[in-house]
Parts: sequence; C-alpha cells; structure tokens
Amino acid sequence: MVYFIADNIISPLGFTTAENFRAIEKGEVAIDIMHDHSMYPEPFPASMLSTKKLEEEFAKVSVADEFTRLEKMLILSVWEAVNKSGVDIQSEKTGIVLSTTKGNIDLLDPKKSQAFEETRIHLWKLGHIISKYFNNPNEPVVLSNACISGVLAINLAAGLIQQGNYDNIVVIGGDIVSRFVVSGFMSFMSLSPSACKPFDKNRDGLSLGEAASTLVLSKNKTGDNDIIFLGGGSANDANHISGPSRTGEGSFIAIKKALKESGVTANEIDHISAHGTATPYNDEMESIAIDRHGMNRVPVNSFKGNLGHTLGAAGLVETAVLLHEIRSNTLVKTAGFQKLGVSRAIRVVDQTVNKELNTCLKMASGFGGSNAALIVQKA
Amino acid sequence: MKQLKIKTYCHIKNHQIYVDGQVVFSAPEADSMKKFLKLAFKHIKSGYAKFYKMDEISKLGFIAAEMLLKNKPYSDLRPEEVGVVLSNAQSTLVTDKLFQESIQNNADFYPSPSVFVYTLPNIMIGEICIRYELRGEQAFYIFENFSANFMANYINHLFLSHKLKACIGGWVDQSPGNYEAFLYWADDKIADDQTSIRHTGNELERLYNLTA
Amino acid sequence: MQKLKEQIIEQLNLEDMEPEDIGENDPLFGDEGLGLDSIDALELIVLLEKEYSIKIENPKDGQKIFYSIHTMAEFIQDHKK
Repeated sequence: MVYFIADNIISPLGFTTAENFRAIEKGEVAIDIMHDHSMYPEPFPASMLSTKKLEEEFAKVSVADEFTRLEKMLILSVWEAVNKSGVDIQSEKTGIVLSTTKGNIDLLDPKKSQAFEETRIHLWKLGHIISKYFNNPNEPVVLSNACISGVLAINLAAGLIQQGNYDNIVVIGGDIVSRFVVSGFMSFMSLSPSACKPFDKNRDGLSLGEAASTLVLSKNKTGDNDIIFLGGGSANDANHISGPSRTGEGSFIAIKKALKESGVTANEIDHISAHGTATPYNDEMESIAIDRHGMNRVPVNSFKGNLGHTLGAAGLVETAVLLHEIRSNTLVKTAGFQKLGVSRAIRVVDQTVNKELNTCLKMASGFGGSNAALIVQKA
Repeated sequence: MKQLKIKTYCHIKNHQIYVDGQVVFSAPEADSMKKFLKLAFKHIKSGYAKFYKMDEISKLGFIAAEMLLKNKPYSDLRPEEVGVVLSNAQSTLVTDKLFQESIQNNADFYPSPSVFVYTLPNIMIGEICIRYELRGEQAFYIFENFSANFMANYINHLFLSHKLKACIGGWVDQSPGNYEAFLYWADDKIADDQTSIRHTGNELERLYNLTA
Repeated sequence: MQKLKEQIIEQLNLEDMEPEDIGENDPLFGDEGLGLDSIDALELIVLLEKEYSIKIENPKDGQKIFYSIHTMAEFIQDHKK
C-alpha cells in the first residue's frame, strides 16, 4: 500500500496546504496583472509569490544568498512537509523525486547567472541542491515532462515504493514565472488577458502561476488522515506536439490505465480534479475524455482559476488540494467558472459544498501530447 | 515469467550511426550536428515532412527512432502498449539558449513559438509517438549521466504492472558542440534467435558503452 | 511576393524549398499546398510583426489572412506602416 502522509503548498495563497485550501474554498484568486518590464514588455496576468514574503520565510530556515528563487520555494516546501510527516529524510530508505519543467531557467539571463555556477541551470543540479540541503543520500530522480510532470512524479514515487526499494518518497515540484516562460506562452497567444476561466463559455486562455509543492508518500500508514494511492497511468495522444487530441485519446487512455491499476470502475469515482487550464482546446478535450468514460455526472473542478497554471508544480499542488478536499469532504468551486462552455455535458463545481468523498481522479495534460492520471482513495 | 528483452539498439555520435553495434551510416564530412542530421535524414530516405521543423535534439531522437524501428517491431502491438521513456542531462538547453536570444532585449523582442515549443525535453517523445502512433506510457528523466539501473528498474516495473508490453528507452543529449543518442527497443516476444539481451541495468550500461 | 515567399521559407524552416515551389494562390494550410499547421500560423504572426510591423491581436484572423501568399501580400499592402 502507498499512502499520502503529508503535503505542503508554497504559493501566493499561503505557505501551507491548509492556508491555500482555506483561500481556495472561498474562491480567492491569486492571479493579478503584473507590470514588470523585466518579465515582459507589456502587462500580463500571473499568480506570483511576494519576493518579500518568500525572503522573510526563507530567512527563518537558511542563508538566502546561496539559493535561487525556485530553490528557496522548494526548500521551504520540503521542510514543512517532511517535518509534518515525521519521515527521516536522511535515510537511505527515503527517496526524492523532483518535478519541474524549466527549473532555474531565469539563470539564462546574464544578469542573474553571475551569482551562480554554470551547472546551476541544469535540472539534475537542482535535484542535487535540494537533496544535499536535506542530507539525503540517494540520487534524486528528476522528471521533466511538461505539465504532466507532477502527476507522473507521484505515479513514479508510488511505483518505487511498491518495488520495495524505498519506504518513503518525498515528491517535490516547482516552477517559477519567468521572462522565458511568459514570452513563450505569449508567442503561443494562449494567455488570457485576465484571470483564467476553466471550462467556461468565455474562457480565453490560461494564466501562469508559480508554486512549489511537496507530497510525502510512504508504505507506512501514520494516522487517520492518510490517503491511499490506488493507481495511475500516462499516455501520449500521438496527434500534435502542442495541441491536444480532438478525441481526448491520450487522456482517455491514461484514465483507463489508472482505473485498471486501481481496480475501480468509472462509476466509483466521486470527484475529478481536472487539468482545466482554461484554453479553448484543453478544457474541450478533457470534457470529451470524461464523457467517453461516462463520468458526466461526476463533479469536476479546476484549481487553476485560483493559482494559475503552475507547470511542474501543478500536478502536486492540485493533488494536495484534492487530498484536502477528501479529508474535509468538501468540493471547492472552480474560480472563474460561470457557465459551461464545452461540448460534452459534464458537471463543473460552481459552489463550494460539502460532499462525502472517497475515490477521486486527478487528470493532467501537457505539451508533447502527454497525458497522465492518478486515483486516490480515503484510507 | 515473461520479461522484457532488448531486441535492437541504436547509437548516434561523432557523425556516425550504429545499429546493434555496427556502423550503418557515417558522415565525417559534416561540419555541424545540423548538417550531419540532414545528411542522415536524406540517407535513410525517411521523407517525413515535419523533420525540418524540429529542433536539433528532437531531430537526433527522431533519426535514432527511425533506425530503431525500421523493421516495425511495434506492428502487432496496440498503440497503448508501447511506452517511450527517454532521458538526458542537458534537457533542451541548446534550444533554450536560442529562445533566450530572441527575448534578450525589449528592443528586439520576437519570441518564436516554434522554438519555444521545443524547449521541453518530452517534445522529442511526442514527435516519435506521432510518427509511429504510439500511445503508451511516457516519461522524460534528467540525470547527470545515463542511469541504466533506474531506466531498467522503472521500465521493468511498468511492464510487470501491465502498463506496457514494449518500450523504447534511452538517452538523447545535446550540449553546445556535442551530441549523443542511445535508443533501444525492448519487448516480451520470444525471439527466434539467441541474440536478445535481458533488460537489466548491467546490460543497458554495457550496451550504452559499446561504442565508446 | 517573391520577398514574402523567401521570408516565409526562412521563418518556417521550409528546408529544400524554393520560392518557385510556392504557388501564389495555393492554400498554405491544410493537406493541399504547404500543409502548414497551427504553430506555423503563429510564426507567420511573428513574421508580420518582425518584418512589417503589423500586429495581429486575434490568432483566429490568421485563417483568412494566411490563406495564400496572395492574400498575405494583399493584407500587408493594406496594413503596412
């Protein structure tokens, strides 16, 4: 058995999962218009951490100068989650898996790179920095698979525990909002001019966000709040490198695989946390995959209306919020959603309500035609 | 008990392509990776129209896959049964730097979407999956060096969990002025001959170093 | 239009293609003609901005403007600064 025993989210909505959850329950939106010419020549909406708050929190644990913005976020996140979990991160039986799309990509800017060694830009180096900070003796596994990295990382961690090599895995994820990424998404014309509206009729693009998140997985149950990892899967659309499959092929297969490994049927799914980026194509594609599995009556939400799309952190942040929904039997509303704007009849949660939740599905999709899914269940 | 066996493998480095350890193409006259890849592409008569849109590292992975899959080992498998698990050290750093150049100054600011899309290492997996209609498990890992043990363990686990029946695995890396690719195909079909190799960390390490 | 064809070949990495290969009225997108896709459409938007200082706000307008070399050239003539 694999259990989720502790988690953390570092985001503009808070420095713990509980803080984030309270804000998301109320429908708070961290996406704001940024006026920063060093990021992008024009104003752009994004969900970004206050540098001042980050520095203040980080000063409580370590010397600031040695670490990049992303590293500080990751270290703070791991710190809180691991402390809560009671797991020994220095043990050989504790592994680390890191999910990130671009890591310390801001170091490509000559102005920023001077403070750090040349290898710091590498994602494997980011993994080393984090594991060395916590004196973990194992080689960290770094996953970089676009926006499904987080869900894939959880699936991998569960597999590593099932194989018997590790008792615990600290799964970490993070990405920052950077000039590199903002410019890239702007060139795709896929950013909404305002806070994104997942599944909404008037949705017009995604919002970028930055966050770090940690989930501690263990073969040992620690208490009543533990949640079980039942199964997961991934699949490629084999259709286009940036647009999702019009038939939701990869997403459909990923869900199918997760159901198969979990030993549950689609009928038993109480709630779906979708990828829900609020681009016209993604949300439509997800509604098709959900419909093809006959889950039209299952309440679906997206947390990207609150925190934006946090890329490598997304799968972890959103699974952490999902776990809290299950623990508190609460379905949180999809910020930004008002009226259904996809071709399939699916049920998008538009009011925060209490509901008994037991078995839930997390979906994710990303560039490169990648798709992943995982299923969790109350212990 | 069924297990995965490595059936064929491909190395590309120093302007040479090896299949199963033998040189099958050589272009020492090429003065750049780009030139070499173009010559290789023409040589194999692939004719794949989207090749020229790819960045260099995706082209590299693509050509390696073309060599690997020439005999269509996937043909009697369902698309969702074939996984693609690749890895490298540099992610897409060479392409990242190209994109960075296009956004360095506000005065000359023209971010290119076709460059940006390739600044994710898993795009290479996408290109291979599109070409061969593969819809199985996928993942891209970043390690400082090729991690044969991890790759073998992870893919074997996927196989034993019935999440795939065959897999393309390997290492495709590019740094300024250098590149290398090592791709292999593994499946669980009983081989006619004795040459199939067990899918273990030791064997992968040995094969990876074969052309060193 | 010759210059436009050269710019398109360059911007879209249409290797081994010469301006003579692109017919002025051939559809650029879809299975006939050049078979360009959605990323190419976005690149053409960048091209218009870079070479002609024309900004396209809505990517959906691209379908009409980029139908063929001819429609593109007309659009540029009408909007050139």
